[in-house]
Amino acid sequence: MSPDAPPVVALDGVVKRFGERVAVDGLAFAVAPGEIFGLVGPDGAGKTTTLRMLAGLLPPDAGTIRVADTDVVAAPEAVKARISYMPQRFGLYEELTVAENIRFYADLFEVPRRVREERTDRLLAASGMTAFRAFRAGKLSGGMKQKLGLTCALVHTPDIVLLDEPTTGVDPVSRREFWAILYRLRAEGVTILLSTAYLDEAERCDRLALLSAGRVLHCDTPAALKARMPGAVLAIMTGSGRAARAALDGQEGVGRALLVGGGLHVVVDDPARRIPQIRASLAERSVPVGDIAAIAPGVEDVFMALVADASPR
Amino acid sequence: MRAKRLLAIARKEVLQIVRDPRSLMIALLMPFLQMFLLGYGISLDLKHVPVCVFDRERSQTSEDLVARFEASAYFAVTRRLSQYAELTDAIDRRACVLALVIPPDFSERLAADGTAPVQAILDATDTNTATIAYGYAANVLARYSAEIGETERARQGETASLFVPVEVDSRVWFNEDLESRNFIIPGLVAVILALVGAQLTALTIAREWERGTMELLISTPVTATELMVGKLAPYLVLGWAVSVLCLLLAVFWFAVPFRGTIGTIFVTTTLFLLVVIGIGYLVSALIRDQLGASQVALIATILPANLLSGYIFPIDQMPAAVQAITYLVYTRYYVEIVKAVFLKGSGLAALALPVVFLAVYAAAVLALAALAFRKRLR
Ligand SMILES: Nc1ncnc2c1ncn2[C@@H]1O[C@H](COP(=O)(O)OP(=O)(O)OP(=O)(O)O)[C@@H](O)[C@H]1O
Ligand SMILES: [Mg+2]
Repeated sequence: MSPDAPPVVALDGVVKRFGERVAVDGLAFAVAPGEIFGLVGPDGAGKTTTLRMLAGLLPPDAGTIRVADTDVVAAPEAVKARISYMPQRFGLYEELTVAENIRFYADLFEVPRRVREERTDRLLAASGMTAFRAFRAGKLSGGMKQKLGLTCALVHTPDIVLLDEPTTGVDPVSRREFWAILYRLRAEGVTILLSTAYLDEAERCDRLALLSAGRVLHCDTPAALKARMPGAVLAIMTGSGRAARAALDGQEGVGRALLVGGGLHVVVDDPARRIPQIRASLAERSVPVGDIAAIAPGVEDVFMALVADASPR
Repeated sequence: MRAKRLLAIARKEVLQIVRDPRSLMIALLMPFLQMFLLGYGISLDLKHVPVCVFDRERSQTSEDLVARFEASAYFAVTRRLSQYAELTDAIDRRACVLALVIPPDFSERLAADGTAPVQAILDATDTNTATIAYGYAANVLARYSAEIGETERARQGETASLFVPVEVDSRVWFNEDLESRNFIIPGLVAVILALVGAQLTALTIAREWERGTMELLISTPVTATELMVGKLAPYLVLGWAVSVLCLLLAVFWFAVPFRGTIGTIFVTTTLFLLVVIGIGYLVSALIRDQLGASQVALIATILPANLLSGYIFPIDQMPAAVQAITYLVYTRYYVEIVKAVFLKGSGLAALALPVVFLAVYAAAVLALAALAFRKRLR
């Protein structure tokens, strides 16, 4: 990663409307060569729309988009040989086998046979799919289809990879394989842009853009984003997370609560003062509660705090 | 255009076609069934067309005319009527397709003026049957006229040579021997190819949008032309197979004489197939869902092909405005070509005009189809 190099992906003032709805609203960010750049945001934040515009599939209403030294708005076709795009909801040719699907995309990118065979073997091995080469794509499970989609997208040698929620519906083991493939690509100098709904995955990115309502709220490394977070995060152990969240809603000095396994996370301004206050109000409503302790914030917490800060509520 | 990408598309399309045996069977069986249903429906149902007779005279002469209809294998006189109201009722209830009304002064006028009008009322809800029944009726009347003309002439001597007893519309389109099948089957082949060809390709783009394969496909460097050529090539081959099937049935099953050459039929059929699969592709590119595309393709082909191609209804009998419209109906050129190749043995030189029209049509449709496909999401 070389943050000082000129960006390979750069958006500025990008606007996209669908009728009345503004999906992307003055978006601007830049991605350096060899970065893994994550787009994170709630449903409808504009992640898919942004990736589609980067891939040259959707013309923006305003703004400039440059990808791999190409003006995508003026010449969307010029960028296509340089990128790999994996849509959020994509279909494979179900009548074709795994190997035939891969070959199809390799041929569309005019990958020479030798390279194709070598890359196919490597990608299938990396995603544990070698045994399924002769399987019809229609017979694969959801997670397998997702892995085949990634393999198809990566069978040529792209400069930039655009992945829209690539690991949705994929089991934890396969997700690790996914990330191993992405790290290997990064090592080869490929730039990766991905959107994700899993915030733990966001921590694996080099940099993140937090999107909300079609705008970038914050754009930084996961560590810097955490440092930027005001206050501290408390982990509250409780079996009745929802009741606890309702009890804490709107309390002074207590931010929005995030449900996690085993309880909730809340952002507070001053832990020493707020822990007794929280205990008291939970006891008042007879919500059973265990440990309450300050913890190191995860991207999830940062995200909740920062998005909550920015929204009017 | 890059050969590797084009071949990749074509190979993928072939694999999809052969691995979806149900669709393939439908593509081959439909024309087969249609040839039989329509081939027989049109030529054989017209034996024993039910006729109602409203004879208002009941004279020897009028009975004589009715007897001609009874004697004809093409008609069966099913009812005698005694009031006009019964006639409307009979037609309404479809008791007969043709009602013959003989005026009360039939023999009188025939004797006095030498000509007498006979009214034929046709139930035109089934226009095919009505048109053909009308032709048969006109034929029966013509023969009857000719006979009484002869007897009159014999009776009156040379002076009566100008005597024309019944004026019969002579624009009857089928031949003396009533071999309507020879005219209909070649036209039927054209109509079936028009329908099946457009249906085959109407789904090809729409299916990719529906199944979500298109978003990935349009993010690759494939061009609109490569996609079109790659996708249409396998369907042209399938179209050839369907054509061979239909033509073989026409020659060997329906025994239509084939007087032309294989070369002529091959060249012209290929041009026609390019037009029809191009139309299907164009519709598919514009309408991004399978059901919509299939229905639009059906409506856009079935009506013009049946009504305006000259396959059953002769174009030169249509009103001038409708005739002008038929120049847009590509099927009319191929109907004209197939009939001429089959029955007259015409070659490419004799068919230059319709062949050029088809070629221009094919070029225009394919150009439009390539332009209509946009590598863009909506
Ligand atoms: N083709 C379209 N037509 C109309 N509205 C659209 C279209 N695509 C997206 N939108 C709208 O634009 C907004 C942004 O959608 P987008 O799909 O980019 O969000 P997202 O961040 O990818 O959300 P998700 O996490 O659900 O995938 C949403 O309000 C969506 O309804
Ligand atoms: Mg999305």
